[in-house]
Amino acid sequence: MPRRTSSVVVVLLAVVLMAASACGPKKPPIARPTSPPPGGTTAGARPPAPPEPVVEPTPVPPEPGVSGVDTIGDRSLDDINKQSPLQPVFFELDSSEVSAEGQKTLAANAEVLKKYPSWVVSIEGHCDERGTAEYNLALGERRALAARTYLVSLGLDAGRLRTVSYGKEFPFDPNHSEDAWAKNRRAHFVVTAK
Amino acid sequence: MMVHPRFLLTGVAVALASSLVLTAATTPQQPPAPQAPQQPSEIQLVIKGGTGAPKLAVPDFIPLSTDPDAREAAQTLGEVLWADFAFEREFNMIPRTENRNVPPATSLEAVAFDRWKELGAEAVIMGAVRKDGDKMTVQIRLYDINQQKAVLSKEYSGAATNPRVFAHTIADEVHKQQRNLNGVARSKLTFASDRDGEKIKGPIEERSIKEIYISDYDGANQRRITVNRSLNITPVWSPDGKAIAYTSYRRRNTPDIFVSYIYEGRPPETPAKGTDYIHNFLPAWSPDGTRIAFMSNRDGNPEIYVMNRDGSNVRRLTNHPGNDATPTWSPAGNQVAFTSDRTGTPQIYVVDADGLGQPRRITTTESYADRATWAPAPYNEIAYAAKSGPGFDIHVYDLASGQTRQVTNGEGTNESPAYAVNGRHIAFTSTRSGKVQIYTIGRDGVGLTQITKAGNNYHPNWSH
Repeated sequence: MPRRTSSVVVVLLAVVLMAASACGPKKPPIARPTSPPPGGTTAGARPPAPPEPVVEPTPVPPEPGVSGVDTIGDRSLDDINKQSPLQPVFFELDSSEVSAEGQKTLAANAEVLKKYPSWVVSIEGHCDERGTAEYNLALGERRALAARTYLVSLGLDAGRLRTVSYGKEFPFDPNHSEDAWAKNRRAHFVVTAK
Repeated sequence: MMVHPRFLLTGVAVALASSLVLTAATTPQQPPAPQAPQQPSEIQLVIKGGTGAPKLAVPDFIPLSTDPDAREAAQTLGEVLWADFAFEREFNMIPRTENRNVPPATSLEAVAFDRWKELGAEAVIMGAVRKDGDKMTVQIRLYDINQQKAVLSKEYSGAATNPRVFAHTIADEVHKQQRNLNGVARSKLTFASDRDGEKIKGPIEERSIKEIYISDYDGANQRRITVNRSLNITPVWSPDGKAIAYTSYRRRNTPDIFVSYIYEGRPPETPAKGTDYIHNFLPAWSPDGTRIAFMSNRDGNPEIYVMNRDGSNVRRLTNHPGNDATPTWSPAGNQVAFTSDRTGTPQIYVVDADGLGQPRRITTTESYADRATWAPAPYNEIAYAAKSGPGFDIHVYDLASGQTRQVTNGEGTNESPAYAVNGRHIAFTSTRSGKVQIYTIGRDGVGLTQITKAGNNYHPNWSH
């Protein structure tokens, strides 16, 4: 197969070159840009080493309801989690109540999870450093469970939604400021299987 | 304090001194068989201080063999024994720098009573060390300087690998005999630490793992006992000192309670039987070691449960839609204190260990209270971490009077208190020197000692 493709490419190239010289400079070549053949001339010489076949990536047909090209599903788990389509839900100090904004975030996350029905996610409950290490294990558990319960109420299969509380063990922002604390009070979504 | 002068020691006290081996395949060395009993030495008497606690001198021990190991052990024994006494504050300690005013003794019987008296000492412990291969023998005499006679005379033998454990054994024995005090010099600490700097992959960036460590009560001999490159926290000693229960995320990143028999080769147990969806945290042994209280999400919300040590007979102690967390047992094992936010903020509650009856709130003046630790008898009190300014301080609630007192005073943030088995000391974490470190302090807030220095260290717990 590769050899045949290569000869086809060479023949095509020759045809294009001849057409170009026959029609004069006024008509621009129709060919798509390709790498020039190696060596100075092609006429009379032995066929040059076949150029590398050019393969164009085939776009995955877009799924209904999503505009543009979707490549998220093709990424590795690592890449998905680094630029996750699942947004974290943030909480008030010492609270595990999902706010109105949190509900919006969870609704958007639910749409993503419905689009990728094979994804299994772990919902990590995190807390800021202003609570104690021990009590934060309970608070983180409740935050994760609260996010999970809301997603289940939106029709998602509970079996796809694991939870884990990390208390204040793994802050996202290690600084000691209001900004950092706000970032660290969260339910964070990690895709663990797809 | 009650003392029992008729209790006459006739035997040779042996061992407790064998060093504990932590490698997976070995078991602790058995104590050597007791040697033939000696004649009773002296009638024991309690040394009285002229004013206040007796003034005690502890010079270097006498090396009875000339090898460098024996000389080093002789010095270590003197230093560690002095520190053990200073820790309990039952004697007024003569500073060791003063010892140079007294010529070094050449035998246990050659005591320069007059010279010690000049230094103000009322008691002196003389000791001698002999090393035979990998064995060590230590003899001691405790002298009443005013009466110029020995009130305690003992001999100890064991492995030579760790002279400190001889000193701790002697300190505990002298405290018991002279002050009727259960010293904690042979007790151990366990804690979690990130000192190895190992990381695991996180969803966004790497995360620092924590492993479980143990150490002597004074911070010596720190050793790692878990190696699973995961998050391991909240370790607690079993009352028999053979096992440590802790919260570990080692299996599928799911928190569960693991029980590791640290001197044995068998794999850890998971009595709470965690799954991907059932998570168990914060184990607490009952004082008799037969049960473990813990926090679990198994009914959809963090609640407190009690199970038998083997995982059987799980009973639920709390039933409230709020958070119920961080259990600790009363000394009699009939009650459990825990943290609940059922009234809006985390506060300490007490409930019967059978799960019947309603929880009773005990902290009423704190804006936030967690990690209760119930003092052993005779102290009828509960220590906890209380919100204090931007951080936490260790407070103590007296169950009889309902009064609260402060043990730490706003230096850094202070969390995770844990009582020593004699109730006189509290281990806790503090950021007062920068990173999170373990400290111990007297229950009166005096006698701060830093235990850890490497990395960050968390969740101390004190063995019996």
